[in-house]
Amino acid sequence: MSDQAKNPPRDYLKPPMTEVGVLGWLRSNLFNTWYNSLLTVLVALLLWQLAPPFLKWAFFDSAWNTAPEVCYESEGACWSVVSKNINFIIFGFFPDGQQWRPGLSMLLLLGLVFYSRDRNHWRRSLGVYWLIGLSVMGTLMYGGVFGMPVVETAQWSGLPLTFMLSFFGMVAAYPLGVLLALGRRSRMPAIKSLCVIYIELIRGVPLISLLFMSSIMFPLFLPEGVTIDKVLRAQAAIILFTAAYIAEVVRGGLQAMPRGQFEAADALGLTYNQTMRLIILPQALKIVIPPTVGILLSAFKDTSLVVIIALYDVLKTTKVSLSNPKWTGFSTEAYIFLAVLYFICCYAMSSYSRRLEKELHTGH
Amino acid sequence: MDEMTTGATPATESIISIRSMHKWYGDFHVLSDINLEVQSQEKIVICGPSGSGKSTLIRCINRLEEHQRGQIIVDGTELTNDIKNIEKVRAEVGMVFQHFNLFPHLSILDNLTLGPIWVRKTPKKEAEEAAMMYLEKVHIAEQAKKFPGQLSGGQQQRVAIARSLCMNPKVMLFDEPTSALDPEMIKEVLDVMIDLAREGMTMLVVTHEMGFAKSVADRVMFMDYGQIVEQNSPHEFFDNPQHERTRLFLSQIL
Repeated sequence: MSDQAKNPPRDYLKPPMTEVGVLGWLRSNLFNTWYNSLLTVLVALLLWQLAPPFLKWAFFDSAWNTAPEVCYESEGACWSVVSKNINFIIFGFFPDGQQWRPGLSMLLLLGLVFYSRDRNHWRRSLGVYWLIGLSVMGTLMYGGVFGMPVVETAQWSGLPLTFMLSFFGMVAAYPLGVLLALGRRSRMPAIKSLCVIYIELIRGVPLISLLFMSSIMFPLFLPEGVTIDKVLRAQAAIILFTAAYIAEVVRGGLQAMPRGQFEAADALGLTYNQTMRLIILPQALKIVIPPTVGILLSAFKDTSLVVIIALYDVLKTTKVSLSNPKWTGFSTEAYIFLAVLYFICCYAMSSYSRRLEKELHTGH
Repeated sequence: MDEMTTGATPATESIISIRSMHKWYGDFHVLSDINLEVQSQEKIVICGPSGSGKSTLIRCINRLEEHQRGQIIVDGTELTNDIKNIEKVRAEVGMVFQHFNLFPHLSILDNLTLGPIWVRKTPKKEAEEAAMMYLEKVHIAEQAKKFPGQLSGGQQQRVAIARSLCMNPKVMLFDEPTSALDPEMIKEVLDVMIDLAREGMTMLVVTHEMGFAKSVADRVMFMDYGQIVEQNSPHEFFDNPQHERTRLFLSQIL
C-alpha cells in the first residue's frame, strides 16, 4: 500500500545493527536463547565430525565408472554399480536397441509437465498438446508402426513404468477424488451413501491388497477369453486407491468454505454446477493444496509396491542389478542413487505446489 | 390492528406478494402469518430486535430460506421447490449481505461480471463495460483490478452493491448492510443506497439506521417474535407508534 507516502514527515531511523544483516540473522535464528546457542554448537560439532568422512567416502575416494574389481580394492563409494547398470536400472527389460523409445517418451512427458507448470499456458491448446503428446508416447512405447517392433506391456519396466503409473495415477485420481468429495456432500441419499461406502472401503484396505486383488482375484471374475492388461489393472488399482484419499482432503476444503459464499452464488442465480465450478472448487481446492500434495507424493512413492505383483518398477530393476554376484555388496550406493532420484521428483512437486499457492494467493 | 397491509386495493400489480406465509426452523415457529405486498419502486425498511425474524423474512424472498406454508410470489413467479423458478427469481432479485460475501479469489471486475456472463449470458466485453459503469456509480472504479481482500469493509460493501446492480435486478434486498462496518465507513455505503433509492429501485432494507429509514423509506415495518407488528409511513411510525412493543423498541434505539 502507499500508506508510507502519506505518513507525516518525521525522522525514520534505521533499525540497530544487531537486528539486521548476517549478524542479526545469526542472533535471531541460532543464538537467540541459551539452549538454542547450545544446540547450535552441538550441531556444528556433529557436522564437523560427520561431514569430512562422508565427503571422503562419497567423492574423494569413490569409483565412478569402473569394473567391480576396482571397487573391491577402494575404500570409497562404488558409484560404478549405478553407472555400469544404468541401462537396466532405467529401462529394465525393454529390448536393447529400442531403449531410445522409452527415453524419448520420458523426455516428452517431462517436457509437457515443464510446459504446463506455467499458469499462462493453461488454455484449451494445452489439452490438445497433451493429447498429441500422450498418443506419441503410447505409440513409442508400444510400437508396431513405422518399423518399430511391438513391445508388450509386460516388458515395460524401470523408470518409464514408475513415471507412467504415478503420473496417470495422480492425474486420473484427482478429478475422481473431487467428484467423490462432491458426491459425499450430495443431498441425494443414494449418491451420498455410494460415495461414503466407496471411500471408506478403499481407505480401510492397504494398497498392497488392492494390487493383489486387481492382479489375482479380478481376472477370476472375468468371462473366459477376456483379459485385461496387467499394467492397466495395477494402474486402475492405484487410481482408485489415491482417489479415495484425495476425496477426503477435498471434502475438508469444501467444509472450510464459509456459507456466505454459497449464499452469494445462489443470490446471483448461479446453478449448482456453476457455483461449484466458478466459486466453491477454485477456493476449496486452493485451501487443500498442501495436504493434496502430501497424498500425491505418497502415491508417487507407493507405486514401488507394484513389485509384489511382479511389475518391475525402478526400485525392482535396481534390486535385480544388485542380485548380480559381481555387484553384491554395493547396495548402499544403489539405494542412495534411488533416494536422490525419488527426492528430485518429490521436491520438484512440492516446490511447484508452494509456487502455485503463492500465485493463487489473493488476500492481504 | 396487528397487520395493516398498505393499499387495500393496490393501484398496480405488486412486485412481491407474500400471503399468510409461515416458516419453522425445526419446531421453532420463526415466521408467523406474514402478509406483505410490495409495489414497484417502493422502499421498505424493516426493523426489530435481533431474533425477530426480519433477516429470515427477506431471505425467504430469494429462497435462501424455504417457507413451509403460504405463498411468496415475486414478479409473477411463485417460489416452490421448482429449481428453475427459484433461479429465475434469484436473477431478478439482488441481495446485499452483512458480511459482503464477495468472491475472494476473483478480482473486483470479475466479481461483477460473473453473474451477467454466466446467468444472463451477456458477452464478456459488454458485461465489463456495464461493470465499470456501476463501479463508477459506487465511486470505486479505480479498484477494478484489485482483489476483495485488498479493500476496506466499506469499499467491499459498495462493490457488493455494484455486483447486485450488474444483474439489473427488479428488487434489491439489503440484510443489515452496515452492521459489520466501522462507523466511519457506514456513511459511504448509506450514500450509495440513498442514490439508488432516488433512482427508483425497489428496496427492502433490514437495518438499524433510523436516519436512513426517515429520509428514504416509503414504509417502515416493525417485526417482533416472527410477526409484523406494525407498519406505517416513517413520519407516522416514528412520531406516533401505535403499538406498545414498537414504542419500547424505538425508545431503546433512538
